[in-house]
Amino acid sequence: MHPAPSVILFTTLSGLGFGFLAFLGAGCLHPAGLTAFLLWGLGYALAIGGLLFSTFHLGNPQRAWRAFTQWRTSWLSREGWASVLTLLLLAPVALSDWLGLGWSGLPGVIGAAMCFVTIFTTSMIYAQLKTIPRWNHWVTPVLFLCFAGTGGAILAGKVALAVAACLVLAAVMVAGWQIGDRRFADVGATMESATGLGAIGKVRVFERGHTAGNYLLREMIFVVGRKHAARLRVIALVLTAVVPALMLLLAGPHPVAIALAALCHLAGAMAQRWLFFAEAEHVVGLYYGQR
Amino acid sequence: MSQPILNLSPAVSDEVRKTTCYMCACRCGINVHLKSGKVSYIEGNRAHPVNKGVLCAKGASGIMQVTAPSRLRAPLRRVGPRGSGAFEEISWDEALELAVSWMKPLRETAPEKLAFFTGRDQSQSLTGWWAQNFGTPNYAAHGGFCSVNMAAGGIYTLGGAFWEFGQPDWDRTRLFVMFGVAEDHDSNPIKIGLGKLKARGARVIGVNPIRTGYNAVADDWLPITPGADGLLILSLIHCLFEAGKIDLEYLAQWTNAPLLVNEAEGPEKGLILKNAESQPFVIDRRTGMPAPWDGTGVQPDLGAVWEGHRTVFQHMAERYLSPEYAPEVVAVRCGIPAARIRALAAELADEAFNQPIEIAQGWTDFRGNRHEKMTGRPVSFHAMRGISAHSNGFQTARALHLLQIILGTVEVPGGYRFKPPYPKPVEAHPTPNFVAVPGKPLSGPHLGYVRGPEQLALKPDGSPARIDKAFTWENPFSAHGLMHMLIPNAHAGDPYRIDTLFLYMANMAWNSSMNTAKVMEMLTDRGEDGEYVIPRIIYSDAYASEMVAYADLILPDTTYLERHDCISLLDRPISEPDAAGDSIRWPVVEPDRDVRCFQTVLLDLGARLGLPGMVNEDGSPKFRDYADYIANHQRRPGVGPLIGFRGNGDAEGRGAPNPDQLQRYIENGGFYQAHVPEEALFYKPWNKAYQDWAVATSFYETPQPYLFSIWSEPMRRFQLAAEGQGAIQPPDHMRARLKQAMDPLPVWYPPFGDEGTTGYPIHALTQRPMDMYHSWGTQNAWLRQIRGMNFLYLPTKIWEEHGFADGDYARVTSPNGEITVPVAHMAALNENTIWTWNAIGKRKAAWALDDAAPEATEGFLLNHLISELLPEKNDGMRWSNSDPVTGQAAWFDLRVRIERVGPRDQSEPAFGPIPRVVPKGEGRA
Amino acid sequence: MTALPGPTPRKLGLAIDLDTCVGCNACVTACKGWNDQGYGAPLSDQNPYGSEPSGTFLNRVHSYEVLPADAPAQVVNFPRSCLHCEAAPCVTVCPTGASYKRAEDGIVLVNEDACIGCGLCAWACPYGARELDAAAGVMKKCTLCVDRIYNDNLPEEDRVPACVRTCPTGARHFGDYADPDSTVSRLSAERGGMELMPELGTMPVNRYLPPRKKGVEQASPLAPLLDIRAAGLAGWLDRVLSRI
Repeated sequence: MHPAPSVILFTTLSGLGFGFLAFLGAGCLHPAGLTAFLLWGLGYALAIGGLLFSTFHLGNPQRAWRAFTQWRTSWLSREGWASVLTLLLLAPVALSDWLGLGWSGLPGVIGAAMCFVTIFTTSMIYAQLKTIPRWNHWVTPVLFLCFAGTGGAILAGKVALAVAACLVLAAVMVAGWQIGDRRFADVGATMESATGLGAIGKVRVFERGHTAGNYLLREMIFVVGRKHAARLRVIALVLTAVVPALMLLLAGPHPVAIALAALCHLAGAMAQRWLFFAEAEHVVGLYYGQR
Repeated sequence: MSQPILNLSPAVSDEVRKTTCYMCACRCGINVHLKSGKVSYIEGNRAHPVNKGVLCAKGASGIMQVTAPSRLRAPLRRVGPRGSGAFEEISWDEALELAVSWMKPLRETAPEKLAFFTGRDQSQSLTGWWAQNFGTPNYAAHGGFCSVNMAAGGIYTLGGAFWEFGQPDWDRTRLFVMFGVAEDHDSNPIKIGLGKLKARGARVIGVNPIRTGYNAVADDWLPITPGADGLLILSLIHCLFEAGKIDLEYLAQWTNAPLLVNEAEGPEKGLILKNAESQPFVIDRRTGMPAPWDGTGVQPDLGAVWEGHRTVFQHMAERYLSPEYAPEVVAVRCGIPAARIRALAAELADEAFNQPIEIAQGWTDFRGNRHEKMTGRPVSFHAMRGISAHSNGFQTARALHLLQIILGTVEVPGGYRFKPPYPKPVEAHPTPNFVAVPGKPLSGPHLGYVRGPEQLALKPDGSPARIDKAFTWENPFSAHGLMHMLIPNAHAGDPYRIDTLFLYMANMAWNSSMNTAKVMEMLTDRGEDGEYVIPRIIYSDAYASEMVAYADLILPDTTYLERHDCISLLDRPISEPDAAGDSIRWPVVEPDRDVRCFQTVLLDLGARLGLPGMVNEDGSPKFRDYADYIANHQRRPGVGPLIGFRGNGDAEGRGAPNPDQLQRYIENGGFYQAHVPEEALFYKPWNKAYQDWAVATSFYETPQPYLFSIWSEPMRRFQLAAEGQGAIQPPDHMRARLKQAMDPLPVWYPPFGDEGTTGYPIHALTQRPMDMYHSWGTQNAWLRQIRGMNFLYLPTKIWEEHGFADGDYARVTSPNGEITVPVAHMAALNENTIWTWNAIGKRKAAWALDDAAPEATEGFLLNHLISELLPEKNDGMRWSNSDPVTGQAAWFDLRVRIERVGPRDQSEPAFGPIPRVVPKGEGRA
Repeated sequence: MTALPGPTPRKLGLAIDLDTCVGCNACVTACKGWNDQGYGAPLSDQNPYGSEPSGTFLNRVHSYEVLPADAPAQVVNFPRSCLHCEAAPCVTVCPTGASYKRAEDGIVLVNEDACIGCGLCAWACPYGARELDAAAGVMKKCTLCVDRIYNDNLPEEDRVPACVRTCPTGARHFGDYADPDSTVSRLSAERGGMELMPELGTMPVNRYLPPRKKGVEQASPLAPLLDIRAAGLAGWLDRVLSRI
């Protein structure tokens, strides 16, 4: 799949944003005044920014409002509702923290839970696709949730939790890769099943039907740069989990350390997300003899 | 939310105009839909006899052709050096006067110094007539490098060949075998036919080194080694003779098999024995005595011997029973195991002789014998350039026709069927006319069918009369001329110098020439005096092809939807076996540029030159334009370009010109059909009802029944000359070759390209894709997305032997040149053959494409590897790389070697961008 | 809307005969031509005369080689377009309801007025049937020529998809798979019509008719009339001509 910057930014930023908002909503931090304004602002900015980036992926963003209509069937629509509801639910909590209104924390707890629901809906946009076996597995939502939790914990400065989350995230990432590498074969789609010609013999491409490019080749048969996958996996692992955990362990919840750890984690998340797309093989590639 | 309400019955268009496609040479009927006066959609015309509603990829993309940015916009005159692209726009009057100022002095002094050749032309009856009236012997179209072997081989044997001449009986045949088919020729009819066979589960067999397209759907595939088709066919004939599985009745009745071959030493040896009235005769089995070949009730004896003269049939038996044609002997050369050859022969015999079909339709033959039914043998064949473009192609085509004849499958139900005006034997065709007389027209048409050495186009001193050396000892039966020799000969001044080269739609500076780079040099070469060796070049085309840059004067043509045309019975009509047919094009949209239909321009030039037939007595132009000519020209009294709606509108075939004829054609969907009567549908060469109908419909002046020429007298006459008989003698160095090539019975010899090929073990071929026609398709925004570059396909053996990988390039070397091109692997391929798609590679900046277009970077031509001459032989001579009978360019004799060079991104040779005569195309119009 | 309609009374679709398709691409450009001026936005072409042209097509024809274990390689031409699946995953993923399956005949369509061009439906389709038009920003796909097949302005015989009408070999058949007596149903039953990628559970409506078995047909071998070497040409002539 084509690793479009818009979707990488969308999933990483909103994931981090909602993860952090969950910590704020759950009351793990007790910010007030300007600090509250800045921290809540950061959470909102990440979440909303990420969502805005997603609209760059659209052919007709002016109609984006229509995406709220199909929540009964569409994970993308559900994601829209969940994110908006979550942001609305948390708004009074944020106001209360900023202005010291002392309102009930209950919406915050519900909002925190909704943050993870939102992350889950985002992950299901990908995990639901049978056509992309690497994504079509429970490990995808787990991975997205772990990312949100880890990012949130880092930004929240909860050192012990963050370090533990980093370890879990690292494990889930490694598991995700291992599971993902087997998925295409497990699903069993082949050039033979794609063409129905397997009963005659082994199938290979003679001519792919068009020498010019097309949407499918650009969007779903992205093979460029996969040769760097192994190196990128290590980089992603180190940046998302190892370095942030070490930084926090060594420097403690110092704002500078938190900021650096979060940036490092975010950079790693982007590398991971690039791989998430670039390594995802769509079954349509079988028709082109490529995956 | 509920489902959207859709308008399920939108208006399709404002208007539908029915005309004839010209996205290839197939001539399908099309419905052109117009919205607000612009072409909005093109589909096939269901009522049309050629395509019956279907349309190919090219046809449906015509909308991108009439809006292509490569369209020329106005007449251009060269102002810089030739090839520099420096042109100025001029008016049509200036352009025509300039052309006349070049041509008129030539006509008055030396008409042969104008050479007029047309490429993708479907109006040869006009262009040839024009050249004839100009008086130059130097006229032809592109058949010489296309498929003249196929056409002439058929005419000299059957009186017709495939495509426009005839086709399989698609509705009845049960076994169909195709050899070396070019997938663009007769494309929709063959596809429709294959579809019919497939729908009823008939069997299709492909004989082709490459298993694509039609061969991909064939039920069985014989991966023949290129150039060996004739040997395979003669081996099949051997098997059929050996088993006695031949249609003796058919041979005795309808062919010259029972005629006697003169065995007496002397000038008549090997010719058909004639009686005192100069008529051939047969021995009647009833009496054992000579009887007229066309006598009522005569039962010709195939096994007769008369005064020591044996029948043609005995000569056939002697030759084809010879062990040299046994499958076991030919298997290796053909690349087909002996058992498979024997199996194919058995299949042919089984379908032909064990499962005959009958139609309860009586008919009377030319001898006056009445037959109560029509018996057919449901086996049919088709062949095209694959067997044609070899130096043994003429004899191979003859061999295939012989196979059809001995199976008794020609002009019978289930077999091969002629399309009117065919059958037409050699005798019904003209002989070549070539004597140039200043200020006078030629004595008759240029192109014809030679019967003997006395008809060769030689000057009194024995030198060639034509610039292309057609109809000479090197290629006596060059019935389509030799366009591929035109520029090399004109450049070399051999046999003489010319002044003006006048070309129509012929991309000679690129894909229509062998040895392309050399031809580009010839076009720009200057003599010691600083003048161009070919002094003047006039070129007409609708698009900015590679050739345009090399012209001195460009006459921009219209696109096919902006013009009149006629697809005439005088030329290359659209007949079906059941009906003669012709059709028109008419301007369904008006040109938005300062361009004119070339045929109108030609008539205008003719009038300005005062050519006979093109001016009235007072010197004024006889025809307003091409449309006027189509309706009002008469070739013979009552016979014009179109057969339909003549006279007062209801005369067919013959009748006075009708001023409303074109309007009637338009109302009729752009075509006309004259239906063959039921009794005349089969056995056409011998069927009295057909012969009478053909006379009435203007194809013959009198009935012309004839026998198929298994033994070819015209060929034997050339052999006799080579043996020293007769007054007109070939040069000594030609004798051996003529003796071999002009064998009166079909024979096989190795392609000349095989000689001196040590070190070049691989055969190299091109195929035409079904979605791209010559270089025309590339300018088409849709078609070039399907096929914008080409690969050289390598068989598994070569792929693995050299360790090729995807993305690699290969260096391919022939005795003549070298190319470096991208390769791809193909398993379904003869193991010693490599191939690519034809004419995809383009010169940079041609056809209004980007310099970096894939056609011009990775795309390539095989042409660079081929020469119009063979490498020097022991005698120090360079023989022409063509068939020795017809001069057909032997493209497919090409032999190469190959080496891996790894990944690259530009094919070699790479030429610099050609100067643009139209701006680069941007968005879609 | 993105809910699938459940079983539809008609199941319109194509039967594509791989034994007959010669790979001529006629269906590709007929489809392009019709749909460039028909349902919804035109099928745009980017850089049409440039170095990297790319346009929207709703139908593509691939060529495959199939390598049997014990016979020469075969080439199979393979047209690929929307299969109008019964369990169409492209429909249910759509967030706006633009993508839908018609309740009356099962045709899968995109309501372009509602399409935001997110591309998710194309991701969900295993068959590459959907291409996002780069100019219009909406998803384009085979409509089964819904603007032809019911079109009162067309003669009855032309009320078939443009690809079917144009196919020179007649390798494409259009009809109602819900009717067991329709041409497509019968062809599919007789010839073993195949579903593509059945493992993905999309339940395609379109069927592909597989290539028939290829190879040498066993006709009984031709028996020579006699031993020509021993009997000579005269013997052969005598034998063969005595049969007239």
